[in-house]
Amino acid sequence: MLVKASPHIRDNSSTQRIMLDVIIALCPAILASGIIFGWRALLLVGVTAAASVAFEYLYCYFLKKPITIGDLSAVVTGILLAFNLPATIPLWIAILGSFVSIVIAKQLFGGLGHNFANPAIVGRIVLAVSFAGRMTAYAYPAVPGGVDALASATPLVATRHADLPLLQLFLGAHGGVLGETCAAALLLGGIYLVVRRVISPAIPVTYLATVAIVSLLAGQEPLVQLLSGGLLLGAIFMATDYVTSPYTLTGKIVYGLGLGVITCAIRFWASSAEGVSYAILLMNLLVPYINDLTRQKPLGGAKKK
Amino acid sequence: MIKNVFKRAAKGAHVPHNKNTQNTMTVDMPVPEKILLPMQQHIGGTAVPMVKKGDQVFVGTLVGRAEGYISAPIHSGVSGTVTDVREIQISSGARVPAVEITADGSQTVDPAIAPPAVTDYESFTTAIRASGLVGLGGAGFPTSVKLTMKDLSVIDTLIINGAECEPYITADNREFVENPEDVMSGIMAVKKWLGVKNVIIAIERNKPEAMDVMFGLIKGDASITVKPLPSVYPQGAEKILIESCTGREVPRGGLPSDVGCIVMNVSSVAFVAAYLRTGMPLISRRLTVDGGAVAEPKNVRVIVGTPIADVLAFCGGTKGEVGEIITGGPMMGVSVVDTAFPILKQNNAVLAFPRSEAELPPVQECIHCGRCIEACPMGLSPVIIAKAYNAHDLPGLDKLMVDLCMECGCCSFVCPAKRPVTETMRFAKTMLKKGAKKK
Repeated sequence: MLVKASPHIRDNSSTQRIMLDVIIALCPAILASGIIFGWRALLLVGVTAAASVAFEYLYCYFLKKPITIGDLSAVVTGILLAFNLPATIPLWIAILGSFVSIVIAKQLFGGLGHNFANPAIVGRIVLAVSFAGRMTAYAYPAVPGGVDALASATPLVATRHADLPLLQLFLGAHGGVLGETCAAALLLGGIYLVVRRVISPAIPVTYLATVAIVSLLAGQEPLVQLLSGGLLLGAIFMATDYVTSPYTLTGKIVYGLGLGVITCAIRFWASSAEGVSYAILLMNLLVPYINDLTRQKPLGGAKKK
Repeated sequence: MIKNVFKRAAKGAHVPHNKNTQNTMTVDMPVPEKILLPMQQHIGGTAVPMVKKGDQVFVGTLVGRAEGYISAPIHSGVSGTVTDVREIQISSGARVPAVEITADGSQTVDPAIAPPAVTDYESFTTAIRASGLVGLGGAGFPTSVKLTMKDLSVIDTLIINGAECEPYITADNREFVENPEDVMSGIMAVKKWLGVKNVIIAIERNKPEAMDVMFGLIKGDASITVKPLPSVYPQGAEKILIESCTGREVPRGGLPSDVGCIVMNVSSVAFVAAYLRTGMPLISRRLTVDGGAVAEPKNVRVIVGTPIADVLAFCGGTKGEVGEIITGGPMMGVSVVDTAFPILKQNNAVLAFPRSEAELPPVQECIHCGRCIEACPMGLSPVIIAKAYNAHDLPGLDKLMVDLCMECGCCSFVCPAKRPVTETMRFAKTMLKKGAKKK
């Protein structure tokens, strides 16, 4: 007979199930990337996911740590990293990205739960800084006409000259990195995550609302801003990463506000066309402070008057 | 009442109800061969044995005298002979004296048993103290101590706790359904002698029959209300219940009386009525016997001191390999080390689980999902407290108010990484308490 401390029962949630839910939520966007950019998009997703799992396995194996690939978090990181790459990227760069994400940003800091920033974001930023040209060699959509290796401006760059039709933006038939173009697929995944209670809508909603409001104030078209660039991908899948986002509702709102303001500041007034990944990285670093300042108030814990 | 979600999430835990015995009529368990009465069946001072080996006792005879202010006397539930007075180890780890009585089967009532003479508040609390009543909902706090206070005028509300939020347990529900007259007359007695203005009978919505019965009984009395509560664990925890019923927050380190409330369990209040009528002290109680390894789940009335093994045998015994036996509910109950251990006054259930249900999944790394923070009914931040605990950060633990933790188990229950969060909270509480003493 067992003798243990209470509580004697647990609910049926698990880290693995949460990660599986995220993977399921990413599926519509994976499918969309295949349709928009062709088979090479799917190959990239497969390669980064496999490389991420392999790096995690090898790291744990050589450092004689428990093998943690079963929790599926490496798969999620791999897919998200691929989503941040253009379909034209050479595979070795994608694999290097997986190495940076898994080994440098995640495992060296202690593995799942200990990373200070979102591993996929770190991977993307390292690649973007190291291979600026190749990282922005956006492919034209495969429909119609197949993958075109010619570089094209993303809508964010393009909007400074000409506007794309909103419907095209929503469906994702335009240049960009793999996972960011199809707003419809990303939203579908986001709704799934909220319904499954994997994420709270607080971060994406505040983030997007802030971007919309700041765009309006800055004289930009809010809908174009919302639907273009990596905003939806970042807001739904990257900013909601548990480890690097605040715990409480208040904290999540503060975090979303910060993300929105920084993203707009970079987009409108800095030299870079896109600001989502830098905004997330910067806010990741502030999370410990946000957590400290937005702690919930215990029942009966109010100061005596 | 709309909760301020910016203040705290306090979502609690959606535990499985498993109220399988909800509609099962209570059956009396036959008198056991032997009973064992540990002198510690309450919070407070260990009672002092008043009998020695060879003494003759009757039903209702005092065998343990209350020692100290916070304490309760202990009485025999059988007539027979004291066959041993020995020291045993109880679940807290402490060693306390225990009186073993071999029953003669005649169940002769002690001739001294007579209804107490209650004429005022003082004689009422004296009677309650003599009855040996402790909180029957599980905590086991001596009722007379709870009812004794310097300034009665601050109390305006009596809350009857019929939430029964732990899974499986239906003993309080059966009290409402089978014994509503005693529940009502107990309420009236406490109301009268303490001069309380309002009474709230708090029942979780998953007990419709109990609510119907009580709604029927209070008709015409505007001072008593039945309050249906959401079926979310831990609705029945004292401070949570007070907040749900009145919106008042018991201050840190304070008591319900600080916000004008007294909370009494429904079975406790029904016992008050029975005691005032007969004078028979607390010698038996209703408990739920259930769980996947129990052959015939039942509600049984058991004499306090009956071995757990006898109770399980009465319910058809266990089936399959038993993984764990618990007294109380699966969220806050205590693992049983030995089934020879007796049923105590505050035990409201005996649950037996097969090994598959008793074993816990392996512990993984914390992913900082914050579910423990959202679940904590007290609005604490378990994941942050765990960090402060690991860093031996005493001022931090004090600032995080870990002392408010009531160990309800929600944080461990909801953790997707299956971490023993509640245990860490317990350790952190102890660390803070010891640290505070050293100063």
